[in-house]
Amino acid sequence: MSLLDAEPVVVNAGVPLFADALADQAVPVTTVDWRPPMEGTESALARVMADPRRPEANALAVSRLLSAGAELVDVRPASEALGMAEGTFLHAGPPIDWDRASGPLRGALIGAMLLEGLAAGPDDAQTRLGRGAGATLDSCHHHRAVGPMAGVISPSMWLFELRDPEHGGTAYCSLNEGLGKVLRYGAYGPEVIEKLRWMSAVLGPLLQTAVRATGPIDVKAIAAQMLQMGDEGHNRNRAGTLMFLRELLPALIDSGAPTSDVAEAVRFVGANDHFFLNLGMPACKLATDAARDVPGSTLVVAMARNGTDFGIQVSGTGDQWFTGPANTPEGLYLGSFGPDDANPDIGDSAITETAGIGGFAMAAAPAIVRFVGGEVHDAIEATQLMYEITLAENPAYQIPVLDFRGSPTGIDVTKVVRTGILPHINTGMAGKQAGVGQVGAGLVNPPAEIFPAALEALAAAAPG
Amino acid sequence: MAAGSTVEVRRGAYYDSVTLMQVSRAVTQVDGVQAAMVAMGTELNLEMLSGMGFEPPDGAGVNDLLVAVRADDAEALGRGVAEVDAALARSSAGGSSSTGLGSAPAPRTTGSAARRSNARLALISVPGQHAFAEAMDALEAGLSVMIFSDNVPVEQEVRLKDEGARRELLVMGPDCGTAVVGGIGLGFANAVRPGPVGLVAASGTGAQQLMCMLEQSDVGISHCLGVGGRDLSAAVAGRSTKQAMAMLDADPATELVLVVSKPPDNDVAADVAAYAQTLTKPVILGLLGPGQDDITTLAHRAVDALGRDWTEPFSWDGMPPPRGGSALRGLFAGGTLCDEAMIIASAALGAIHSNIPLRPDWAVGPDLRDEGHLMLDFGDDALTQGRAHPMIDQRSRLERIAVEGADPSCRVLLMDVVLGHGAHPDPASELAPAIAAARSQARETGRDLAVVVSLCACHDDPQVRRTQAETLREAGASIYLSNAAAARRAVELVTGADQ
Repeated sequence: MSLLDAEPVVVNAGVPLFADALADQAVPVTTVDWRPPMEGTESALARVMADPRRPEANALAVSRLLSAGAELVDVRPASEALGMAEGTFLHAGPPIDWDRASGPLRGALIGAMLLEGLAAGPDDAQTRLGRGAGATLDSCHHHRAVGPMAGVISPSMWLFELRDPEHGGTAYCSLNEGLGKVLRYGAYGPEVIEKLRWMSAVLGPLLQTAVRATGPIDVKAIAAQMLQMGDEGHNRNRAGTLMFLRELLPALIDSGAPTSDVAEAVRFVGANDHFFLNLGMPACKLATDAARDVPGSTLVVAMARNGTDFGIQVSGTGDQWFTGPANTPEGLYLGSFGPDDANPDIGDSAITETAGIGGFAMAAAPAIVRFVGGEVHDAIEATQLMYEITLAENPAYQIPVLDFRGSPTGIDVTKVVRTGILPHINTGMAGKQAGVGQVGAGLVNPPAEIFPAALEALAAAAPG
Repeated sequence: MAAGSTVEVRRGAYYDSVTLMQVSRAVTQVDGVQAAMVAMGTELNLEMLSGMGFEPPDGAGVNDLLVAVRADDAEALGRGVAEVDAALARSSAGGSSSTGLGSAPAPRTTGSAARRSNARLALISVPGQHAFAEAMDALEAGLSVMIFSDNVPVEQEVRLKDEGARRELLVMGPDCGTAVVGGIGLGFANAVRPGPVGLVAASGTGAQQLMCMLEQSDVGISHCLGVGGRDLSAAVAGRSTKQAMAMLDADPATELVLVVSKPPDNDVAADVAAYAQTLTKPVILGLLGPGQDDITTLAHRAVDALGRDWTEPFSWDGMPPPRGGSALRGLFAGGTLCDEAMIIASAALGAIHSNIPLRPDWAVGPDLRDEGHLMLDFGDDALTQGRAHPMIDQRSRLERIAVEGADPSCRVLLMDVVLGHGAHPDPASELAPAIAAARSQARETGRDLAVVVSLCACHDDPQVRRTQAETLREAGASIYLSNAAAARRAVELVTGADQ
């Protein structure tokens, strides 16, 4: 047995005196900066840590997450891809009804009603949504879909369709509208609806033709490259967008569509630094979905916000959501907007952090840390801190300044509860009034209490 | 006061949007500035500019920088525009306090620390209710673990030991105070020399005493594997004891396996004895308790078994006998040393009251006071809640020494002093003045108080055994390296005649 043969090298957790005593004996000691776990979690933590299924369950879940691929295989209307009937609307985050919906989600739903021709005007849309007549809401996540910010998907919107060749999963996401006054930030003015109509009439079909002609596009490969180019895949998608455009450009030009349409589509995509976000998100969704439903696993498989609640789902507890009030991000504001204008955290885009990029890959995109007035070393430390709460490092998503170490991947509920370290999420900020649009961008954490809540459910599901 | 406003276009000056949002914020914070926007001339930004009430300039393109400021007056406007330039200059200068690539944050879990080093062993001394998670984390990271923490539920101990066995890792503890692995002392451990005896210890101070007694006969230690005080209970059933015995049986440096434990469960003791028969090396089972060998005798047996010569452990006495009082008072930091002293003393004196009594009816009340013979274990869980172990923090014992000095019923004071790694760096410096003061206090009431110290120490201990012994001796204490000998001497002094 190796303990008695090896040179003693020790990890010390607890009384510093014992580390000093070892150092006095010239023994190398690594000291744990140990702090008590989140309050009131002792018994649930012991029960989950004792669950004999946990280590293997987590190893399986995270290996499925890491091995998942992501290929863009088609672009189709939601009515066709998801079989969405008229009057159904998907939204970001855990399920919510109109009464509890925040301003930006309400604004996006109003806009979607107008887009679908189900209301005469914004007031009419609001009345109908308020009555619950002719409008059915559900989470994107319940339909293998993800949506940034309000994340509203209505039947006529076109979706990216991604496939995981490794595990056979499918995931969907809408097409990104650009920045400013856009539906996903809760704006629903005429220019918003007009742009969405153009996206459904021109952009979607053009992308469909080009994607079908090009064949499956490896989105995971683009995501891996963008991390080497200053993007982190959540708040910065500039390199990813241009690489995607490069893949598609020949087929777009060759599509036979009117050159003015092609030019407009290329101008639109190229000018929208976040166009790739809506490809990165479903790629991450494929990875985390592959890790779902492993009994005993404490791996977080979704983090999502609807503008009111922040919710997580965990591999070992199926489709159950653990929710708490969404925090308001800290960051920088556009124009004359300020903290009073910002809505609490919203969007499914935290799926990027769930899969190990976005805020977790902050070190790859030092520019992002300046949203909260930080410096480059803050970005690097932010990523390094995330290794403390994750199960693995993703060999595909490497971070150059950390000597190409894989990004910290696979949030473990037990580690969050033990360390009190909350996931770092990079995010956009929506105006809290319906119709305002984007007001800024910054950083946010989940509400701490959802992790002990998930831990309790894992403890209840543990054998013995 | 007339408001001032400006919109400026700076051609070909590109900054990324994050920088510009920071600059805008800095300008907005200038006293007297009402609104400011510093941004590239994109369509969106031009629209936002007019939304803020500025007149959008003609011909601004996406590669041009827009600077728009509105302020209370011309002076504030000037300050605002100056801040634009200052903030833009700052944005490219880099943080003056930048630490370059930064440093990695400290590991926050045992598993994280394990992955950053090539450690084989984790030493865990976090509060008991949190120890399980860290210990399990250590095992999952492939580390054997020593759990110093007490107050760990027994079912958690069993779970950890089963997990350790499955992974071929050793779980030492919970409530394991002492281990020596490859010559390195962990927790409270004396500076022992290498040698042929492999110890398995379900008792921390018992193991320390045994190692010190062996050293007196120049017999060293291969390893001392602590297993925790409960390992030989019915619930834990010797799980780590048997695993440690097998490890030492396979260890080339070990010639003799010596198992030392507080009074074990009978069935478990029989099982361990049967298991010992299956090993290739000789095994001595030192199961402590009334009617059993004391630790010094156990060491003697081990020395004999190795064919070495036994040397009686050193003592330094010759103090005059006591006068006045009638009771023996023992003040211990080590539980097993207290146990051993009680077993020896009760054979001659009868009832010894204690917070860890040999018999339930000898239990002392919560005030820890008794008119008769009394021995206290200050290291017991109940007395260490919220404070450090008495081998580190001697205050509770120092206070009690003063109490006994003033108590007319106290005739003999017996106490242990444990040296070694992890223990107080200079215990005699605090104990000697307390002993001297207690003796002088006793003399004021017409008594001579005898003080007997059981000094659990090795020659190479960092506190320097000789200095500690001299300091205590100068305070009027008799010194015994053997705890059993110290206890016997204390009994003699209690029952002997006044001087």
